[in-house]
Amino acid sequence: MFDLFGFLSSKPASKNIAKDRLKLVLVHDRSNCSPELLELLKKDILSSISEHVDYDPSDLDIKITRTKDSASGKPVLVASIPIKNLKR
Amino acid sequence: MGEAIVVTSGKGGVGKTTTTANIGAALALLGKKVCVIDADIGLRNLDIVMGLENRIVYDIVDVVTGVCKVKQALIKDKRFDNLSLLPAAQTKDKNAVNPEQMKELINDLKKTHDYVLVDCPAGIEQGFKNAIAGADRAVVVTTPEVSAVRDADRIIGLLEAAEITEPRLIVNRLRVDMVKKGEMMNVEDITDILAIDLIGVVPDDEEVVMSTNRGEPAVLKDQSLSGMAFRNIARRIMGEDVAFLEFDVQESFLTKIKRALSFGK
Repeated sequence: MFDLFGFLSSKPASKNIAKDRLKLVLVHDRSNCSPELLELLKKDILSSISEHVDYDPSDLDIKITRTKDSASGKPVLVASIPIKNLKR
Repeated sequence: MGEAIVVTSGKGGVGKTTTTANIGAALALLGKKVCVIDADIGLRNLDIVMGLENRIVYDIVDVVTGVCKVKQALIKDKRFDNLSLLPAAQTKDKNAVNPEQMKELINDLKKTHDYVLVDCPAGIEQGFKNAIAGADRAVVVTTPEVSAVRDADRIIGLLEAAEITEPRLIVNRLRVDMVKKGEMMNVEDITDILAIDLIGVVPDDEEVVMSTNRGEPAVLKDQSLSGMAFRNIARRIMGEDVAFLEFDVQESFLTKIKRALSFGK
Protein backbone atom coordinates (compact mmCIF):
# COMPACT_ATOMS: atom_id res chain seq x y z
CA MET A 1 0.00 0.00 0.00
CA PHE A 2 2.80 2.39 0.88
CA ASP A 3 4.10 1.97 -2.61
CA LEU A 4 1.12 4.04 -3.72
CA PHE A 5 3.03 7.09 -2.60
CA GLY A 6 6.29 5.98 -4.15
CA PHE A 7 5.87 8.42 -7.02
CA LEU A 8 6.23 11.32 -4.62
CA SER A 9 9.86 10.51 -4.03
CA SER A 10 12.24 12.27 -6.39
CA LYS A 11 14.51 9.27 -6.95
CA PRO A 12 15.35 9.07 -10.67
CA ALA A 13 14.23 5.95 -12.51
CA SER A 14 16.97 3.37 -12.20
CA LYS A 15 17.03 2.68 -15.92
CA ASN A 16 18.45 6.14 -16.54
CA ILE A 17 21.18 5.50 -14.03
CA ALA A 18 21.91 2.20 -15.76
CA LYS A 19 22.10 3.92 -19.14
CA ASP A 20 24.43 6.65 -17.94
CA ARG A 21 26.75 4.19 -16.23
CA LEU A 22 26.78 2.02 -19.32
CA LYS A 23 27.60 4.90 -21.65
CA LEU A 24 30.44 6.02 -19.44
CA VAL A 25 31.98 2.60 -19.11
CA LEU A 26 31.71 2.00 -22.86
CA VAL A 27 33.59 5.18 -23.73
CA HIS A 28 36.58 3.69 -21.95
CA ASP A 29 36.04 0.15 -23.21
CA ARG A 30 35.67 1.18 -26.81
CA SER A 31 38.74 3.35 -26.94
CA ASN A 32 40.91 0.30 -26.36
CA CYS A 33 43.77 2.73 -25.99
CA SER A 34 46.31 2.93 -23.20
CA PRO A 35 46.27 6.05 -21.03
CA GLU A 36 49.93 6.66 -21.98
CA LEU A 37 49.14 6.74 -25.68
CA LEU A 38 46.23 9.09 -25.11
CA GLU A 39 48.44 11.44 -23.07
CA LEU A 40 51.03 11.44 -25.84
CA LEU A 41 48.39 12.22 -28.47
CA LYS A 42 46.97 14.98 -26.32
CA LYS A 43 50.39 16.58 -25.84
CA ASP A 44 51.19 16.51 -29.54
CA ILE A 45 47.80 17.80 -30.64
CA LEU A 46 47.94 20.68 -28.19
CA SER A 47 51.50 21.64 -29.00
CA SER A 48 50.74 21.82 -32.70
CA ILE A 49 47.54 23.85 -32.37
CA SER A 50 49.03 26.21 -29.78
CA GLU A 51 51.09 27.82 -32.53
CA HIS A 52 47.91 29.06 -34.15
CA VAL A 53 45.32 29.44 -31.39
CA ASP A 54 44.93 30.13 -27.70
CA TYR A 55 42.86 27.33 -26.21
CA ASP A 56 41.21 26.99 -22.85
CA PRO A 57 43.10 24.21 -21.04
CA SER A 58 40.44 23.88 -18.34
CA ASP A 59 37.75 22.61 -20.68
CA LEU A 60 39.55 20.14 -22.91
CA ASP A 61 38.05 16.87 -24.03
CA ILE A 62 40.21 14.57 -26.10
CA LYS A 63 39.23 10.95 -26.29
CA ILE A 64 39.14 7.88 -28.49
CA THR A 65 35.75 6.32 -28.88
CA ARG A 66 33.49 4.48 -31.29
CA THR A 67 30.52 6.43 -32.54
CA LYS A 68 27.28 5.17 -33.99
CA ASP A 69 28.06 6.88 -37.29
CA SER A 70 31.29 5.03 -37.85
CA ALA A 71 29.66 1.91 -39.21
CA SER A 72 33.07 0.37 -39.74
CA GLY A 73 33.41 0.00 -35.98
CA LYS A 74 36.81 1.63 -36.15
CA PRO A 75 37.70 3.92 -33.27
CA VAL A 76 37.43 7.67 -33.74
CA LEU A 77 39.61 10.35 -32.17
CA VAL A 78 37.33 13.08 -30.86
CA ALA A 79 38.82 16.35 -29.65
CA SER A 80 36.82 19.20 -28.26
CA ILE A 81 39.17 22.11 -27.63
CA PRO A 82 37.59 25.44 -26.72
CA ILE A 83 39.40 28.28 -28.46
CA LYS A 84 39.89 31.62 -26.73
CA ASN A 85 41.70 33.51 -29.47
CA LEU A 86 42.92 32.90 -32.96
CA LYS A 87 46.53 33.98 -33.38
CA ARG A 88 47.07 35.89 -36.57
CA MET B 1 25.40 -25.43 -48.64
CA GLY B 2 24.01 -24.29 -45.31
CA GLU B 3 24.88 -21.43 -43.05
CA ALA B 4 26.66 -21.39 -39.70
CA ILE B 5 25.45 -19.02 -37.01
CA VAL B 6 27.22 -18.55 -33.69
CA VAL B 7 25.15 -17.62 -30.63
CA THR B 8 27.35 -15.60 -28.32
CA SER B 9 27.22 -13.00 -25.52
CA GLY B 10 30.45 -12.54 -23.62
CA LYS B 11 28.74 -12.67 -20.26
CA GLY B 12 27.58 -15.97 -18.88
CA GLY B 13 24.05 -16.73 -17.79
CA VAL B 14 22.22 -14.48 -20.23
CA GLY B 15 20.56 -17.38 -22.03
CA LYS B 16 22.83 -18.39 -24.90
CA THR B 17 22.19 -22.09 -24.47
CA THR B 18 18.43 -21.71 -24.12
CA THR B 19 18.41 -19.43 -27.14
CA THR B 20 20.43 -21.88 -29.23
CA ALA B 21 18.15 -24.78 -28.28
CA ASN B 22 14.98 -22.84 -29.00
CA ILE B 23 16.06 -21.25 -32.27
CA GLY B 24 17.36 -24.64 -33.39
CA ALA B 25 14.05 -26.29 -32.57
CA ALA B 26 12.08 -23.47 -34.17
CA LEU B 27 14.08 -23.69 -37.41
CA ALA B 28 13.54 -27.45 -37.44
CA LEU B 29 9.78 -26.93 -36.94
CA LEU B 30 9.88 -24.65 -39.98
CA GLY B 31 11.22 -27.54 -42.01
CA LYS B 32 14.91 -26.70 -42.01
CA LYS B 33 17.62 -29.27 -41.42
CA VAL B 34 19.44 -28.05 -38.32
CA CYS B 35 22.49 -29.09 -36.33
CA VAL B 36 23.22 -27.43 -33.00
CA ILE B 37 26.77 -27.64 -31.69
CA ASP B 38 27.73 -27.22 -28.05
CA ALA B 39 31.09 -25.43 -28.22
CA ASP B 40 31.40 -25.10 -24.45
CA ILE B 41 33.95 -27.85 -23.95
CA GLY B 42 34.30 -28.80 -20.30
CA LEU B 43 30.96 -27.26 -19.33
CA ARG B 44 28.52 -29.11 -21.51
CA ASN B 45 24.94 -27.94 -21.10
CA LEU B 46 23.09 -27.76 -24.39
CA ASP B 47 22.30 -31.49 -24.14
CA ILE B 48 20.60 -30.90 -20.78
CA VAL B 49 18.52 -27.97 -22.00
CA MET B 50 17.40 -30.07 -24.98
CA GLY B 51 16.72 -33.14 -22.85
CA LEU B 52 19.20 -35.30 -24.77
CA GLU B 53 21.76 -35.87 -22.02
CA ASN B 54 21.11 -39.60 -21.76
CA ARG B 55 21.83 -40.31 -25.38
CA ILE B 56 25.40 -39.04 -25.67
CA VAL B 57 27.93 -41.57 -26.93
CA TYR B 58 30.55 -39.48 -28.72
CA ASP B 59 31.30 -35.77 -28.47
CA ILE B 60 32.88 -32.95 -30.46
CA VAL B 61 36.41 -33.78 -29.30
CA ASP B 62 35.96 -37.38 -30.45
CA VAL B 63 34.97 -36.04 -33.86
CA VAL B 64 37.86 -33.62 -34.36
CA THR B 65 40.42 -36.10 -33.09
CA GLY B 66 39.10 -38.78 -35.43
CA VAL B 67 37.86 -41.18 -32.76
CA CYS B 68 34.52 -41.33 -34.57
CA LYS B 69 32.77 -39.95 -37.64
CA VAL B 70 30.62 -36.82 -37.39
CA LYS B 71 27.54 -38.86 -38.19
CA GLN B 72 28.16 -41.18 -35.24
CA ALA B 73 28.39 -38.31 -32.78
CA LEU B 74 25.24 -36.48 -33.90
CA ILE B 75 22.23 -37.13 -31.68
CA LYS B 76 18.94 -36.96 -33.51
CA ASP B 77 16.20 -35.24 -31.56
CA LYS B 78 13.24 -37.61 -31.92
CA ARG B 79 10.67 -34.85 -31.36
CA PHE B 80 11.87 -33.01 -34.47
CA ASP B 81 12.59 -34.66 -37.78
CA ASN B 82 15.40 -32.36 -38.77
CA LEU B 83 17.20 -31.48 -35.56
CA SER B 84 20.42 -32.97 -34.26
CA LEU B 85 22.93 -32.11 -31.55
CA LEU B 86 26.69 -32.38 -31.51
CA PRO B 87 27.48 -32.38 -27.78
CA ALA B 88 30.56 -30.88 -26.13
CA ALA B 89 33.03 -33.00 -24.22
CA GLN B 90 32.60 -32.76 -20.49
CA THR B 91 35.92 -34.09 -19.21
CA LYS B 92 38.31 -32.30 -21.56
CA ASP B 93 39.27 -28.65 -21.70
CA LYS B 94 38.87 -25.92 -24.27
CA ASN B 95 42.30 -26.46 -25.77
CA ALA B 96 41.28 -29.94 -26.93
CA VAL B 97 39.98 -28.25 -30.09
CA ASN B 98 41.48 -25.48 -32.23
CA PRO B 99 39.83 -22.95 -34.57
CA GLU B 100 41.03 -24.71 -37.74
CA GLN B 101 39.46 -27.98 -36.62
CA MET B 102 36.21 -26.18 -35.81
CA LYS B 103 36.15 -24.52 -39.21
CA GLU B 104 36.64 -27.84 -40.94
CA LEU B 105 33.94 -29.51 -38.83
CA ILE B 106 31.41 -26.75 -39.42
CA ASN B 107 32.09 -26.65 -43.16
CA ASP B 108 31.52 -30.37 -43.20
CA LEU B 109 28.18 -30.03 -41.36
CA LYS B 110 27.06 -27.17 -43.60
CA LYS B 111 27.09 -29.58 -46.54
CA THR B 112 24.31 -31.63 -45.02
CA HIS B 113 22.37 -29.03 -42.99
CA ASP B 114 20.54 -25.80 -43.75
CA TYR B 115 21.66 -24.26 -40.48
CA VAL B 116 24.50 -25.03 -38.10
CA LEU B 117 24.02 -23.20 -34.79
CA VAL B 118 27.02 -22.92 -32.49
CA ASP B 119 26.41 -22.36 -28.78
CA CYS B 120 29.42 -20.28 -27.74
CA PRO B 121 30.88 -20.47 -24.23
CA ALA B 122 31.02 -17.35 -22.05
CA GLY B 123 34.21 -15.34 -22.17
CA ILE B 124 36.49 -14.13 -24.94
CA GLU B 125 39.30 -16.67 -24.76
CA GLN B 126 40.01 -19.90 -26.60
CA GLY B 127 36.45 -21.22 -26.35
CA PHE B 128 35.09 -18.08 -27.97
CA LYS B 129 37.70 -18.19 -30.72
CA ASN B 130 36.82 -21.82 -31.43
CA ALA B 131 33.10 -21.11 -31.49
CA ILE B 132 33.30 -18.23 -33.98
CA ALA B 133 35.91 -19.89 -36.22
CA GLY B 134 33.51 -21.37 -38.74
CA ALA B 135 30.63 -18.93 -38.37
CA ASP B 136 29.11 -17.01 -41.27
CA ARG B 137 26.84 -14.95 -39.06
CA ALA B 138 26.48 -14.14 -35.38
CA VAL B 139 23.65 -13.57 -32.95
CA VAL B 140 24.56 -11.68 -29.78
CA VAL B 141 22.39 -12.36 -26.72
CA THR B 142 22.11 -9.82 -23.94
CA THR B 143 19.81 -9.02 -21.05
CA PRO B 144 18.74 -5.51 -20.00
CA GLU B 145 21.56 -5.15 -17.48
CA VAL B 146 24.63 -2.91 -17.53
CA SER B 147 27.09 -5.78 -17.23
CA ALA B 148 25.49 -7.87 -19.98
CA VAL B 149 25.25 -4.97 -22.43
CA ARG B 150 28.82 -3.96 -21.72
CA ASP B 151 30.03 -7.47 -22.50
CA ALA B 152 27.86 -7.58 -25.62
CA ASP B 153 29.59 -4.43 -26.82
CA ARG B 154 32.98 -6.02 -26.38
CA ILE B 155 31.84 -9.13 -28.23
CA ILE B 156 30.49 -7.06 -31.12
CA GLY B 157 33.92 -5.45 -31.45
CA LEU B 158 35.64 -8.82 -31.42
CA LEU B 159 33.23 -10.26 -33.99
CA GLU B 160 33.92 -7.35 -36.31
CA ALA B 161 37.65 -7.82 -35.82
CA ALA B 162 37.15 -11.45 -36.83
CA GLU B 163 35.27 -10.22 -39.93
CA ILE B 164 31.92 -11.61 -38.89
CA THR B 165 30.06 -8.50 -39.90
CA GLU B 166 26.61 -7.30 -38.96
CA PRO B 167 25.89 -9.39 -35.89
CA ARG B 168 22.25 -9.26 -34.81
CA LEU B 169 21.01 -8.68 -31.28
CA ILE B 170 18.62 -10.64 -29.06
CA VAL B 171 17.42 -8.91 -25.92
CA ASN B 172 16.54 -11.73 -23.57
CA ARG B 173 14.60 -11.79 -20.30
CA LEU B 174 12.93 -8.44 -20.74
CA ARG B 175 10.63 -7.59 -17.82
CA VAL B 176 7.89 -5.56 -19.43
CA ASP B 177 6.42 -4.53 -16.09
CA MET B 178 9.76 -3.11 -14.96
CA VAL B 179 10.39 -1.35 -18.28
CA LYS B 180 7.02 0.36 -17.90
CA LYS B 181 8.03 1.63 -14.48
CA GLY B 182 11.32 2.94 -15.84
CA GLU B 183 13.25 0.50 -13.68
CA MET B 184 14.73 -1.49 -16.53
CA MET B 185 16.40 -0.40 -19.77
CA ASN B 186 14.11 -0.89 -22.74
CA VAL B 187 15.02 -2.40 -26.09
CA GLU B 188 15.63 0.97 -27.70
CA ASP B 189 18.01 2.04 -24.93
CA ILE B 190 20.08 -1.04 -25.65
CA THR B 191 20.03 -0.90 -29.46
CA ASP B 192 20.95 2.80 -29.34
CA ILE B 193 24.01 2.07 -27.28
CA LEU B 194 25.15 -1.05 -29.10
CA ALA B 195 24.33 0.28 -32.58
CA ILE B 196 23.47 -3.11 -34.09
CA ASP B 197 20.21 -4.38 -35.52
CA LEU B 198 17.74 -6.29 -33.43
CA ILE B 199 16.64 -9.77 -34.41
CA GLY B 200 14.41 -10.51 -31.46
CA VAL B 201 13.15 -9.68 -27.99
CA VAL B 202 12.34 -12.49 -25.58
CA PRO B 203 10.29 -11.64 -22.52
CA ASP B 204 11.23 -13.03 -19.13
CA ASP B 205 8.95 -16.04 -18.94
CA GLU B 206 8.39 -18.74 -16.33
CA GLU B 207 7.59 -21.04 -19.20
CA VAL B 208 11.27 -21.10 -20.19
CA VAL B 209 12.27 -22.26 -16.70
CA MET B 210 9.58 -24.93 -16.72
CA SER B 211 10.36 -26.24 -20.18
CA THR B 212 14.09 -26.25 -19.41
CA ASN B 213 13.32 -28.26 -16.28
CA ARG B 214 11.62 -30.80 -18.48
CA GLY B 215 14.25 -30.68 -21.20
CA GLU B 216 11.77 -29.48 -23.80
CA PRO B 217 12.19 -26.39 -25.95
CA ALA B 218 9.76 -23.55 -25.16
CA VAL B 219 8.96 -23.18 -28.87
CA LEU B 220 6.76 -26.25 -28.59
CA LYS B 221 4.28 -24.29 -26.45
CA ASP B 222 2.03 -22.46 -28.86
CA GLN B 223 0.61 -20.08 -26.30
CA SER B 224 3.82 -19.05 -24.54
CA LEU B 225 5.13 -15.58 -25.35
CA SER B 226 8.78 -16.61 -25.19
CA GLY B 227 8.07 -19.54 -27.50
CA MET B 228 6.46 -17.18 -29.96
CA ALA B 229 9.42 -14.80 -29.69
CA PHE B 230 11.86 -17.63 -30.48
CA ARG B 231 9.75 -18.82 -33.41
CA ASN B 232 9.78 -15.28 -34.79
CA ILE B 233 13.56 -15.07 -34.44
CA ALA B 234 13.87 -18.29 -36.42
CA ARG B 235 11.73 -16.84 -39.20
CA ARG B 236 13.82 -13.65 -39.25
CA ILE B 237 16.97 -15.76 -39.51
CA MET B 238 15.42 -17.35 -42.60
CA GLY B 239 15.03 -13.87 -44.04
CA GLU B 240 11.33 -13.33 -43.40
CA ASP B 241 10.13 -9.92 -42.34
CA VAL B 242 8.28 -10.54 -39.09
CA ALA B 243 6.86 -7.73 -36.96
CA PHE B 244 8.17 -7.53 -33.39
CA LEU B 245 5.77 -8.68 -30.69
CA GLU B 246 4.02 -6.06 -28.65
CA PHE B 247 4.33 -6.98 -25.02
CA ASP B 248 1.73 -5.68 -22.69
CA VAL B 249 1.20 -6.46 -19.06
CA GLN B 250 -1.97 -6.34 -17.09
CA GLU B 251 -1.64 -3.41 -14.74
CA SER B 252 -3.15 -3.61 -11.33
CA PHE B 253 -5.68 -0.98 -10.31
CA LEU B 254 -3.14 0.55 -7.92
CA THR B 255 -0.47 0.91 -10.61
CA LYS B 256 -2.99 2.60 -12.85
CA ILE B 257 -3.80 5.21 -10.17
CA LYS B 258 -0.12 5.68 -9.49
CA ARG B 259 0.60 6.24 -13.14
CA ALA B 260 -2.30 8.63 -13.53
CA LEU B 261 -1.17 10.65 -10.53
CA SER B 262 2.46 10.82 -11.55
CA PHE B 263 1.60 11.74 -15.14
CA GLY B 264 3.43 14.78 -16.39
CA LYS B 265 5.96 14.71 -13.61
